[in-house]
Amino acid sequence: MAIEPDNAYHLRHFLTTEDLSGGAIGEILDTAESFISVGEREIKKVPLLRGKTIVNLFFEASTRTRTTFEIAGKRLSADIININTSVSSTQKGESLLDTVRNLEAMHTDLFVVRHPLSGAADLIARSVPKHVHVVNAGDGRHAHPTQGLLDMFTIRRYKGDFRRLTVAIVGDVLHSRVARSQIHALTALGTKEVRVVGPRSLLPAAVESLGVSAHTDMETGLAGADVVIMLRLQFERMSGALIPSAGEYFSLYGLTRERLARADKDAIVMHPGPMNRGLEIASDVADGPQSVILPQVTNGIAVRMAILARLAGASAGEGRTS
Amino acid sequence: MIDVEEALARVIDGARSFRERKPVLIGIHTGGVWIAERLHKGLGLVEPLGTLDISFYRDDFSRVGIHPQVKTSHLPIPLDGRHIILVDDVLHTGRTIRAAMNEIFDFARPASIALAVLIVRDGRELPVQPDIAGVAISLKPWQHIKLTGPDPLGIRIMEKSE
Repeated sequence: MAIEPDNAYHLRHFLTTEDLSGGAIGEILDTAESFISVGEREIKKVPLLRGKTIVNLFFEASTRTRTTFEIAGKRLSADIININTSVSSTQKGESLLDTVRNLEAMHTDLFVVRHPLSGAADLIARSVPKHVHVVNAGDGRHAHPTQGLLDMFTIRRYKGDFRRLTVAIVGDVLHSRVARSQIHALTALGTKEVRVVGPRSLLPAAVESLGVSAHTDMETGLAGADVVIMLRLQFERMSGALIPSAGEYFSLYGLTRERLARADKDAIVMHPGPMNRGLEIASDVADGPQSVILPQVTNGIAVRMAILARLAGASAGEGRTS
Repeated sequence: MIDVEEALARVIDGARSFRERKPVLIGIHTGGVWIAERLHKGLGLVEPLGTLDISFYRDDFSRVGIHPQVKTSHLPIPLDGRHIILVDDVLHTGRTIRAAMNEIFDFARPASIALAVLIVRDGRELPVQPDIAGVAISLKPWQHIKLTGPDPLGIRIMEKSE
């Protein structure tokens, strides 16, 4: 997917972590840090996006992402409309843009889009007028950049300087848009070592070209890691048998307490959710002292507030053209 | 030229009559926090002072966007029913003070808010006047006055084109 080299396009939309520098990511995380305090107040609201309309346009199931976007928008005083719809393969393309045009005619200022097709958010971003912003909330296997950044925010809060960290991303990397967004962000931030760990059948063919090392063995993959990111096994995206059985997968790649002991003793355990307990992660690890899975959810609100506020602020002074 | 220490002494003097109300000081980032810290010391207050970053409450967000380096508002003590002295470096249009008061009311309902500023200049756009002031100055509309600091505190007057 080609990205316009136009700089203004990058400022108006948030579609991928690929084009973000370490400095740009740091700025977003700093803004998010200041939004954390809003969630801790008696009145959890600031008037920044008062009068703006945000449409959550979800063509794929989501609870966490949609809800945290909704809360983020509401804490910024925007009006949020949720549209959840499934898309059949015959309705792709034109009907997607028609839907968007209709919503645009209702004076929507910002779209948060999730779609099973890679590139859907980018397609919408190219079609909307200048004052309208698009946030990618997950497109196919391509990217889930707000999840990627909330994970960076969580790592920075617990572990500090990325240049000293070894991060292991474990599991179904092949089908994971989250992993792609994480890898780009981790690399941009200068992370010391990024590993992907999983069976060969679930690692992308040339994953090393992204600047990571590939491990098919949990023992070596987790050794000394400061951050362990578990990914969900995405059966809905698998065509054919990529893993022999759930039980065998867990016995080889499930994160148990014994396996976690291979990582640094202060390592944190992350998971973007939803978790398959007993499949990729053992319950006592998911609920254990090293798990930061629930703080990830809380942090997601502040990071999404930061992204929404920065986009809405990027069209400052332009005004509506319609 | 303005003598900062002299103006500061006048602010501290002016705030003395508020002491018996056991005021809570709240400084507005960044210059207002520096003044609030000096005032806090000058009055010998024990309770910590609060700090406000009004970036999320500005009325010009739709024109200038979000500041990338927003500082965190920090109000360490409950403000309900308390007498607040809101502290800023320069009172100009009054818009910053309007935003700061809106933010304070999102935290609590204080008993009163008084305004202390180091420098009062002309150019008010809202009905906001200080209760305590260090020095008044008249400037041309295109001139901009800025507190530098925190140590030592200084004043810079800039032409807008600068």
